[in-house]
Order: sequence, then C-alpha cells, then structure tokens
Amino acid sequence: MAPSAPAVFVLEDGRRFRGRAYGAVGRAFGEAVFTTGMTGYQETITDPSYAGQIVAQTAPHIGNTGVNDEDPESARIWVAGYVVRDPSRVVSNHRAKRSLDDDLTAQGIVGISGIDTRALTRHLRDRGAMRSAIFSGPDADLDPAEQLTLVTSSPEMSGLNLSAEVSTDTAYTVDATAERIGSVAILDLGIKAATIHALAARGFDVHVVPESISADDLFALDPTAVFYSNGPGDPEASDHHIALLQQVLKRGIPFFGICFGNQLLGRALGFGTYKLPFGHRGINQPVLDRRTGRVEITAHNHGFAVDAPLDGPVESPAGFGRVEVSHVGLNDQVVEGLACLDIPAFSVQYHPEAAAGPHDSAYLFDRFRAMVIASGESAEAAIEVESSPDVLPTDRSPRDGARLAGEDV
Amino acid sequence: MPKRDDINSVLVIGSGPIVIGQACEFDYSGTQACRVLREEGVRVILVNSNPATIMTDPDFADATYIEPITWQVIETIIAKEKPDAILPTLGGQTALNAAIDLHTHGILEKYDVELIGANFEAINKGEDRQIFKQLVLDAGGDVARSHIAHTIDEALAAADDLGYPLVIRPSFTMGGLGSGFAYTRQDLLRMVGDGLHQSPTSEVLMEESIIGWKEYELELMRDTSDNTVVVCSIENVDPVGVHTGDSITVAPALTLTDREYQNLRDIGMDIIRAVGVDTGGCNIQFAIDPATGRVIVIEMNPRVSRSSALASKATGFPIAKIAAKLAIGYRLDEIPNDITGVTPASFEPTLDYVVVKVPRFAFEKFPAADARLTTTMKSVGEAMAIGRNFSTALQKALRSLEKRGSSFSWAPTNATKEELLVLAEIPTDGRIGSVQRALLAGATVDELFEVTGIDPWFLDQIVLINEVAAEIQAADSLDADLLRHAKDHGFSDAQLAELRGLDEHEVRAIRWNAGVRPVFKTVDTCAGEFPALTPYHYSSYDEETEVIPSDRRKVVILGSGPNRIGQGVEFDYSCVHAAFALSDAGYETIMINCNPETVSTDYDTSDRLYFEPLTLEDVLEVIHAESASGELVGVVVQLGGQTALGLAKGLEAAGVPILGTTPAAIDLAEERGLFSGILDDAGLVAPKNGTAIELTGALDVATSIGYPVLVRPSYVLGGRGMEIIYDSASLADYFDRIEGQGIVGPSHPLLVDRFLDDAIEIDIDALFDGERLYVGGVMEHIEEAGVHSGDSSCTLPPVTLGRGQIDAVRDATLAIAKGIGVRGLLNVQFAIGAGVLYVLEANPRASRTVPFVAKALGIPLAKAASLIMVGRSIDSLVADGLLPEQDGSIVPFDSPVAVKEAVLPFKRFRTTEGRVVDSVLGPEMRSTGEVMGIDRDFPRAFAKSQEAAYGGLPPTGTVFVSVADRDKRAIILPVLRLQQLGFSLLATEGTAEVLRRNGIEAGVVGKYSTRGDGLRDGRSDGDLPDIVELIEQDKVDVVINTPSGRSARADGYEIRAAAVAADKPLFTTIAQLAAAVASIEAIQTGFEVTSLQEYADQRAVSSARAAASAAASAAHSAARPERIPAG
Repeated sequence: MAPSAPAVFVLEDGRRFRGRAYGAVGRAFGEAVFTTGMTGYQETITDPSYAGQIVAQTAPHIGNTGVNDEDPESARIWVAGYVVRDPSRVVSNHRAKRSLDDDLTAQGIVGISGIDTRALTRHLRDRGAMRSAIFSGPDADLDPAEQLTLVTSSPEMSGLNLSAEVSTDTAYTVDATAERIGSVAILDLGIKAATIHALAARGFDVHVVPESISADDLFALDPTAVFYSNGPGDPEASDHHIALLQQVLKRGIPFFGICFGNQLLGRALGFGTYKLPFGHRGINQPVLDRRTGRVEITAHNHGFAVDAPLDGPVESPAGFGRVEVSHVGLNDQVVEGLACLDIPAFSVQYHPEAAAGPHDSAYLFDRFRAMVIASGESAEAAIEVESSPDVLPTDRSPRDGARLAGEDV
Repeated sequence: MPKRDDINSVLVIGSGPIVIGQACEFDYSGTQACRVLREEGVRVILVNSNPATIMTDPDFADATYIEPITWQVIETIIAKEKPDAILPTLGGQTALNAAIDLHTHGILEKYDVELIGANFEAINKGEDRQIFKQLVLDAGGDVARSHIAHTIDEALAAADDLGYPLVIRPSFTMGGLGSGFAYTRQDLLRMVGDGLHQSPTSEVLMEESIIGWKEYELELMRDTSDNTVVVCSIENVDPVGVHTGDSITVAPALTLTDREYQNLRDIGMDIIRAVGVDTGGCNIQFAIDPATGRVIVIEMNPRVSRSSALASKATGFPIAKIAAKLAIGYRLDEIPNDITGVTPASFEPTLDYVVVKVPRFAFEKFPAADARLTTTMKSVGEAMAIGRNFSTALQKALRSLEKRGSSFSWAPTNATKEELLVLAEIPTDGRIGSVQRALLAGATVDELFEVTGIDPWFLDQIVLINEVAAEIQAADSLDADLLRHAKDHGFSDAQLAELRGLDEHEVRAIRWNAGVRPVFKTVDTCAGEFPALTPYHYSSYDEETEVIPSDRRKVVILGSGPNRIGQGVEFDYSCVHAAFALSDAGYETIMINCNPETVSTDYDTSDRLYFEPLTLEDVLEVIHAESASGELVGVVVQLGGQTALGLAKGLEAAGVPILGTTPAAIDLAEERGLFSGILDDAGLVAPKNGTAIELTGALDVATSIGYPVLVRPSYVLGGRGMEIIYDSASLADYFDRIEGQGIVGPSHPLLVDRFLDDAIEIDIDALFDGERLYVGGVMEHIEEAGVHSGDSSCTLPPVTLGRGQIDAVRDATLAIAKGIGVRGLLNVQFAIGAGVLYVLEANPRASRTVPFVAKALGIPLAKAASLIMVGRSIDSLVADGLLPEQDGSIVPFDSPVAVKEAVLPFKRFRTTEGRVVDSVLGPEMRSTGEVMGIDRDFPRAFAKSQEAAYGGLPPTGTVFVSVADRDKRAIILPVLRLQQLGFSLLATEGTAEVLRRNGIEAGVVGKYSTRGDGLRDGRSDGDLPDIVELIEQDKVDVVINTPSGRSARADGYEIRAAAVAADKPLFTTIAQLAAAVASIEAIQTGFEVTSLQEYADQRAVSSARAAASAAASAAHSAARPERIPAG
C-alpha cells in the first residue's frame, strides 16, 4: 500500500499532531472531540449529532469490518473530520459492502491517521473540547501559523445552531411495525435511524418533521405524542424548538426527548444548560436510574448538559409543575434524565436507541409507549407511568429490547 | 445493597496444584479475594493444597489450611472454623467441584453454611450441558446441535445423527480434559470411552462440528440488583477447534460490528441472568459462522476463569476483587474503580490499545506427544503483551514467550509456499510462524484463510508485518522515520538486526542515536477519559509518555515471564514477596513481567507495573524511562528464575546496577571449571564430570568417567535436555535429538556427570549476606537421585538423614556461598551415595522450593533475600524479627513434617495413536505443579500430599506389581505390608516368582507384549488375562511398575499408559511406593487439619521453650563451640 499524503491535526491552543491523510484530502474544521466506543464507527460517523465535530476514535483499529448498508444511522456521514490511529487496510465482515476509507473519500470527509490519539484524548480531557482542523495533502505544508489562524477564525460550537443543517427538509412518515397505538411526531434535530425503528416497533406511526416546523403545522398532524431527537449544537441557540416544546407541554401531549431533546426539555422547563469540559462520548457510561436504583450501561454523545438540582423534585421555573432528575451519570454526576411529575413528559440525555452501544436502556421506549397508551385514559394515568417507573429493565431482556428496536438479533 | 452484615467469616476454596488448564491465574484471583475480604473485616479461612501460591501466605488469611481439597477435609475445616459462607467461585473448577461435592454430601445443610458468589443451582445450570443448552435456547440464543451419551451405544447412535467430524466433551472436567474432535468411528470409541470415565457424572456431550468458526468470549459481572456489565470481549485468532487456552487471543474483539457485538452482549446478559450468577462473574464463549454470522453459545463458566485473569490484566478491571465484594453483598455502583478513583465499577472498560495473549507449550518435554492442538488444553503458560496496535502487541507477545523461534523471522528458508500452507493447516505450537512464512513465500490471504480459518483481518496484519520487514530490508539505512515505523509494528532490535545483517547492540546504538525510544502509556480502563491513579504501563512508540517522575529510591524487580515446566508460580511468589518487602522498606518497587496469570502483574502488587516482554531491549527501555527521575538503586534478577537471571549480564554491560549476587558470581556457579575450583578449595566433591560442546568431546568425557552419565545443558531450568545416558550409542542419539534446539553450544557447554545410582538427593535453600549463612530448609528427596528435583517429592525436615549429614550439608553450603560470593538466595543440590556427600549443582537464585520452605517452616526467604540484596545483614533481619532466631538447619523435635509432591500432566498428552505418553520420571522435569501435605509426622504428611496430588491410595483393592530386576529386592517389604493391609496382589511372572519365594502370594497376569499380534486389538482368549486389559477393565486399583533401565520399555510403557489413562495410582519408583505404604494407616484414620497460623503459634511456644532451656543449660555449661566448615 502506497504511503498516503502527509496530514496535520491542529488544535486552537496550538497543539499539533502530524500524521497521514485518511479519507478525503484537503482541510476540515470542527470542534475536536473524542469518542471511546470500541465498536460502531459506522453508526458514529453517520450520527447527525456529530455534525460540526472532528471526531477522534480512542480505539486504535478502525474500519476492520468495513461499511454495510444496514448500520448507518442516517443517509450520510456527518462528522466534520475523522481522526484514527490505525485505519484498516482490508475489510473483513460477511455484511460489508465497501471500505470505510472509500466512503470517507466518496463523501469528502477529510481524516488523519497515525497520530498519538491517546495524547490527543488526554489533551482534550485536560483542556476541553476546542476548535481544530485537519490539513492534509498540500494543505499539510501550509505555514503552521497560517493553519492556526484558520482554526482560530473558524466558528465555535457554543452558540451554534446546527439543527437546520442536519434536519430533514420535508416531513415523512414511517408506519408502525407493530400493532398501532397512535402516532408520534419526531422533531428531527438530527434523528437516528435506530430511534425511528424503535418507535415504529412500539406501534407508532412515526411522522418525522423538519426542525423548522411551526406549531400550527405540528398540531395539524394531530400526533398522539411528540418526540425530540438527538442532534448537534448548543441548546441555548434553539429558542424556536423550546417555544414549540412549551406549547406541546401546555397541551398535555405526551413527550419524550433524547439527548438534545433532553436539553431542550430542560430549557423548556426553565432550567439552564451548560457546556461540559470535554463531553461524554462513548458506549460504556454508567447511568443510575435514581428511582429504581438500577445502573444502565449507556451510549452517550453530548457536549452540553442540563443544569438542574439533583436532589428531589423541584418546581419547574417555567411553570410546568414538579420536575425531578431521574437519571444521573455515575462518572461525574451529570444530569442524564428528567421526569416531569405533573405533566406527561420525560427525557434522557443518553441514547436508549443505542446504535452504537448497549441495549440496556431500550426499556425507555416501552415506558414511552405505556405512557402514551395511558394518556388515552387520562393525563394522570400517563403521568403515573412516566413518573413512577414500573417498566423495569429487569422485566425485559436486552434482546427483547433490541428486537423491538428493530435490530437484527 | 451494601455489605451483608450476616457474613463475618468466609471459607475461600483455592484451586490446588498448578495443572494444565488451571494455573496461577487462580492464585491471582484467590489472593485478590482474600485481600478484599480481610479489608472488609471478614475473617478469611482458606483451603488450598498448593504451597507455591501467594494466597497461602499466612498474611492473606486468618486461618490458612494447606490441606487436600476434598469435601471430607473441607468438612473438617467447616466443623472447626464454622464459617458463615463458602466462596467457591475463585478457585477454578477444583473449587466449584468441591462445592458441588459439599452440596451433594449434605455438608452445607448440616453446618448451615451458604455458598456465595454462585449457589449450587447456578453452578449446576452453568455446568450441566443439557440444562445449559435448554437455558440458552430459552434465552433466545442458539446452540450447536447435540446429544448426551452415557454409554458407547448411545454415542454411536448420536454420531449417526450428527455426522463426522463431531465434538466430544465429557461433563464436569476442567480445561476441556478429554474433549476433542472425532473424525472417525474409531476416534469416537476411544474418546467416548475415556470421556465417560473422566466425567464425574459419566456423561459426554456430542455436538455438531463448528470447527473453523470465529470464536469469542465475554467476561461478565452481575450484582444483587441485577446490574450487569461486560468487562471485556476476547477474540480468538485461532478459530474454533483449538481450546481457547491454546489459542492466540486478542482483546478487545477486533472483527465485530457494533450490532454483532451488542448481540453477543445481549445473549450474554440473558444467560448470566438465567443461570442466576447474581454476585460475581462469568465467562461465556461464542462461535460465529464467518459466512453467515450465525451465533452459537459454546459454554459458560459461572466463576472466575483463566480468561477473567487475562481480562483483568487486559483492562485494569480487577474481576476477582470485584467478584469478592459482590459476593458479600456490595453492588457494582457501590464499588469504586481503583484506577480512576472517582468513577464506579459499574461501567464497561474501554481500551485504546490492543492486548494479545499467546500460549506457551512444552511439547519438547513430551517428544512422543501429538503436537496437534485440539479442544483439550495443552499449553502450560501464556504471555500477554499490550501495544497500541495489533501488530505491535502480537510481536511483543511472541517475543515474550522467550522461546527460540517464537518471534517472526525473515531469514531465508527452503520451504515452498505449498509446504508452508500444509504446515499452517494443522494447528500446532508456532502455527502463526508458519502462517507468516507462507505469506512471505507468496501465499495469499485467501489461501491462508482457506486452510486456517484465521480471520482475514488478522492475516492482513501479518502481511503488514511482512511488508514492513521488506521496507526495513530494502532501505538504504535505518533512519529515525523507518525505525519509528518498524517499532510501531512491534519489531524488536533483534529482528531489525536480523533484517539488516547487524548485531542487536548495533541496532540499539543506531536507534538510540536517532533518538527513537518508546514512551509508556497507561492501562486506565477508560481510554484516557479520566486520569488514572494507578501506574500500570506499557510501551509504545507514540508521542507522549505518562510516566510520572518520582524522587524516590527505586528497585526494579524482573519477573519470570510465562509459566513453563520448571519455571512457574514459585518464582512469581518470590518476586511478589520482594515487592512487598522492598516496598515496606521504603523503596519504590517497579515490576516488569509479561505473564497475565500472576500476582506480580496485579497493579496492586508493586508501586509501578510495566507489562512488558522480559528481553534485554524491553527491560533497558523501562529502566531508561525510570532512570529519568529518582535514584535507581538496582535491579533484582535472582528471583525471576532463569528468565531474569539470563538478563543479568546484558544489564550489567549496559551499566545497570544488579542487586545481590553479581553476574560474575552467577557465572562461577554455572561455569563448570570455575565451580570445580570452588569445590576444591572447600574440600567438597562433585560426581566425576567434564564438559563438552559436541559429541566427540562428550564421548571422551563419558568414557573416562564411566557410564551411566547424567548430561545437562548449562544455563537451563527445569532440567531441559537433562538425561541419564547408559552407553555411547545413546549419547550419539542424544546429540541428534538436541540438534538445532540451541541448548548446547560454545557459550553453553553440555555438562557430563557420572550418574550416582541409588543416592539420596538433598536440596537446601539458604541466604547469605557475605558473612552469615542462614538456612531456609534442608529437604530430603523421596525419590533417589536421577529424578528431577522438581518432579520428586521431598520432605522438610528430612526424615532419614542424621544430624551429622545435615550439618555437613550446612557447612558445605556455607563454603559454596562464600566461594561464589552469594548475596541473597542460594540453592544447592547434594547427593549422598555410599556415604559420600556429593555436590550436584548450586544455583545462586531463588529456587522452586522457596515458597515451600516458607509455608513449612514459616521462614520468609524471598522477603529476606530482597532486603539482603539492598544491603541489609542477616543479623539485622533476625534482630528485626523478620527472620526467626533459629534457622532451618535445626528443626525442633516436635515440629510438623511437610511433604511436597509433584503433579504431572501425562494424561493431557497423547501420542498420534491416541495413547497417553509415558509417565516414567527422569532427570528432565515434567511436572506442572506441586502440593504440600503437612502433619505431625511423615506418614500423615505424605498421605495428605498424595491425596492432594492425585486422590491418594485407595484403602483397599488390588495392586499390580511389575518391577525391574534391580528393584526386586526392594519391593518385598512394601508389598508384604500391602498384603497385610488387605490388598490383593497381581504380578507379572518374574515379579510373582520373587514374591512367592519370599512368602507373598500374588496372582499371575500376562504381559501385554505376550499378546499375539492378531490379538493386540482384541481379546487374548485362552491365555492369562493381560494386565493392560485388566487395568482398562477397572480390575486393578494400584499399579507399581518401575522401568527396566535403558531398554525393554515397551511393556512397561503400555502398563503405565493404561494406568494413567484409567486414573489409577501409579508408582514408578520404589522409594515413592515405600512412603505411600507407610502412610496407608494414616489414610484409614482420616485427616486432622491444622492451619499455618496454628503451626506458627506452636513454633513460637516451642522456640520459647527451647530458648528457656538453652538459657538454662548455658548457665551450666559453656556454649557449643563454633563449627568449622568442612575443608
């Protein structure tokens, strides 16, 4: 194999890593983050939440199983740039269709390989996520000062609204794949395929709607429930989505949010959000369900978090009744879930749809389903389902969860 | 739930002797468990028959019983100690089987004691293949199609359904003993026959073949609240068909997509729940069809396993420690992750490196054995390496094996691609080398995948290594970029030297001049997401190092590398003790080792741990990194066996201070001429001897000193290449056989000694500080000289030596210690033949018996040695109370007797015809482990050692006797005694005749060799029943057979092979038999148990009494005059 072109990864604080070009050759800008998952690179790079970010994989060997047509989480690769240590030279998997390198090149994703990814990770862990750029091919030879200037003049993640970039342009519907119980409108802030599968498998007709949808258009769909997806960007820059959500909550429509959706529920309820130093990105994060005492191993991908009091229910500053922090990250006590006690709404910061990641939390889709069914009887019944969990993970094998989530098991 | 308050004392069951399939990984797990439980304030009672372990140190439990692990003995311990609970999940299959026995014999119920970690139901669900299979299916998993057979007929019927080849697995055996592939009906008959016998439940499982599928393992843990985590995934490079213990394995799994991995994880979680392991760990094995992705669950172990130890070292997640905490009630989220300090144990480690484990085999010890790898584990040890990528980890692991030819080589050979493909097709030790060679010879990845089933991704990595090698060969010079490139794929300086036609030292000089040196990364469980508190490092040619400077005084301890026959857990014991003692003395201890099974590679053992190969290059780089700060006091090389000792010269040449005995002094002991000088000066004698580097010289020596001779390569351990040679033809044959093994050469001459027939062999372990000799213990071998000390049983104190002989041994040892210039440990082997004391050899290093001495007499030799090495005097160690006042040369009259017995692996090794290999003991060591029996006198102690080693003699039954002519005289008394004790006797004609003349009636049986040729495979109708047949028919309970010298072994071999295959007590030496006979009465009365702590108390009382009486007698008479050393 011919050695690839030189490349350099430049961080806004001046730290540089020299390596080789990987994927497309050229330049790429974005927020430098690392993810610690050892499997699931294909899901990772196609996760819209990574839009605007240059993602470094801490696992050294990437691309071993190539790329197939079943595992992408969206129609394209979203990472702004890709950093790996040892890209695979071959593809070995019975489902593989192409190599990762081919896909990165075809989609113009600039990457870098052969750098000390652990040194990079430790740097980002200590200094926090920051702006960065990959320069490869001829750009690698640009003057380092010029490269740094280019980095420092690129946009920062804080204050950035990336929803429009990742959202669907037009609404579309995915029919329920199990006995129909109603419909859910998903506000597409960067929706992943696994989430759509999981909801359809719980009997929802799924309406995926653009993030710019107006309240009137949304309610015109008459959804049984509303769902806010994961997605990139700063929740502080999403006033429209928050205002829309407040209207949903006021109408008492059952609501479930994931990731960015959790941050937006937090803000809609009147809490603040803040940027974590280097975020949570990986598929091994322990989260405690404070109401059941159970620990789930969960998939995370978030750079921002909700600022809500951990101890005990508090009144929603925005007047939506009592709210409690239902889930907490055990590594650093970050808010990982919110449960409303007076309206049928809850959310989690992590990814019950997994992909990539463990299926421990797939039960949350069941809880959502139960809440929506109960809402047919009364709002109180719906709140009861969500605020006093009875669908425990023990009740269900993760395989069942995965099966319902539409995975091939 | 926090810790349970109803568990205040726990009985931990250990795993017994090191055997193939169950090695010191269970010392690692048991030691962790004992530590944790004591930290939690739980009274720990331990039973383990293996004295070489760290866990049986009296410091690790409140009551340590070195006793046979049988349900009867455990019942006695339970009755005495009244534990609240029993923890059986950390002592391998041995402990689990003991727990099952305790349950089925109603002992648990009788004493109201609970199994924790896994209860009987969970153990049974995991172990009973039929129940387990159903459970997997219920959980939505898939299993191989299978049938259970309890008879040969059932097995044949099953085979009709499944077709050949098929897999046979006896139920409830460990390490896959007795399992394998049957390709034909004949294979099936033999394997099912053996399997039914080996299985305690007389059943075998027969399964459809999934040979060639990809194989994976998951290590899971679950707590009382059903919180479950997967600690590690492991992928076998060798596909299904090779036991996972014999496979090259890699962590994490590298060829699974997330969907496929999560599917395994889901199945695994369902299984651990369904089995009901709710306070501990389990290991689940999977097979995946590479073509379709179909997943089959192979098996699960509801306990800590060999793979758990590997997973712990690979991830930094201490499975056994956490399992022990879960067992007493903690939840995963209540236990902190030691490595980060801030995050909980309820998470899944993530790796930013690759771990490769390679097995180490000992086929050279069993030349007759079929070296094909199967589902019966045959490796005796393993090495693990950590690298930032697979190629690095693989190459580091291969060189960690310390075996000639284990690393990839690019030297030209004549083998063609086709020949290499044929070679690669059969899984054997070193197949990976054939794969690399075949690729080099032009074979494609597809061709190799076809013949090996190794995943193309791994094959391509070997292609990559070959490509880098080609770049190195083709380059104009070794510049910094190329060196970094090579190093980033794991090439050693030695490999670079071979590729460039240079010397290793030249390459190192070029590399250092170019500034190309490794950095050290940290194993932190979290891929760098959180800061790590634990300095557990591995090298990488990356950018940033993570070694934190320290200003302390540092001591580097070199471990002993992968376990092998001759160098096992005993050496790890010494290294660990040095780490503890030096740490207590205020030094910063730095451990370098590459054996994942050990306590020394637990990040808790030393202040800093470097998981690195024990080669000069790798060790020098660690020393370089550590020398950047603080003060390097020196390196301890005398505790890690031949591995560490072998590095001494190179380290010294590189300017590294060696602690204790100097390399020059080590040479004095090894180099025959120099050593003779020392003996001459001291007036000591060695058997007549000479040295040779080739056959002619050896023949000259042998002729001049007279046959039989004992030949022994220098600088080897475990008697590698050691044989008794009776004539010149055999000597020529010997040279033929060792050709190309590199064990004899100009720098490593062959030692040729006159062999002492019928001599008593004596071992002594001692300390010397330059002034004072402190005897650890004098051990008398039970077998006569000629059986390797590691394979012979021995007793401490000696039971037939007189005071004068022991004094002479002591004096000789002092003279040798002074002559060599020992600082630290010294082991000397003597023989007494015809009243003359001969010096056989001296080893200025820790010996295999150091832990045995420590357990038998309570003398911490390794700790003391490490302190002597950093300058402490024996006087000061005695004054501090570390060493007892009285050394081991005088053992008080009322002291207990300890017997060490070796455990041999013959049963695991079959010839290509499927027979067990010969089990005669000789000068080359072949035992894998040892047990200790300790009791108030020799017969009782010996009986315990036999019980622990192989189940002991039956109280009654039929004994078969057939001995060589030279043993006929010695056989009479023991056989007479057996008859008096009620045994009935069978003998071959010659032996029966001798017995009859001595008034002992024995039934006569035919020799195997008198079977007509046509009858070999069938019945010998009309004639006397032949002995092999009788053994196979279970009509003989004990076999006594001594080999008749140099030839005519065929008949004896068949008898011994049959006895080993049928698991019958087998005596191949009369000394062993005599001891066993003397112990029969002790067996019939049952065993009493005494803990090491009780023995220590008795010793304290006894020595206080002795001191008082000495003081009294001193008042009356002058002190005994100082003894003058001999010569």
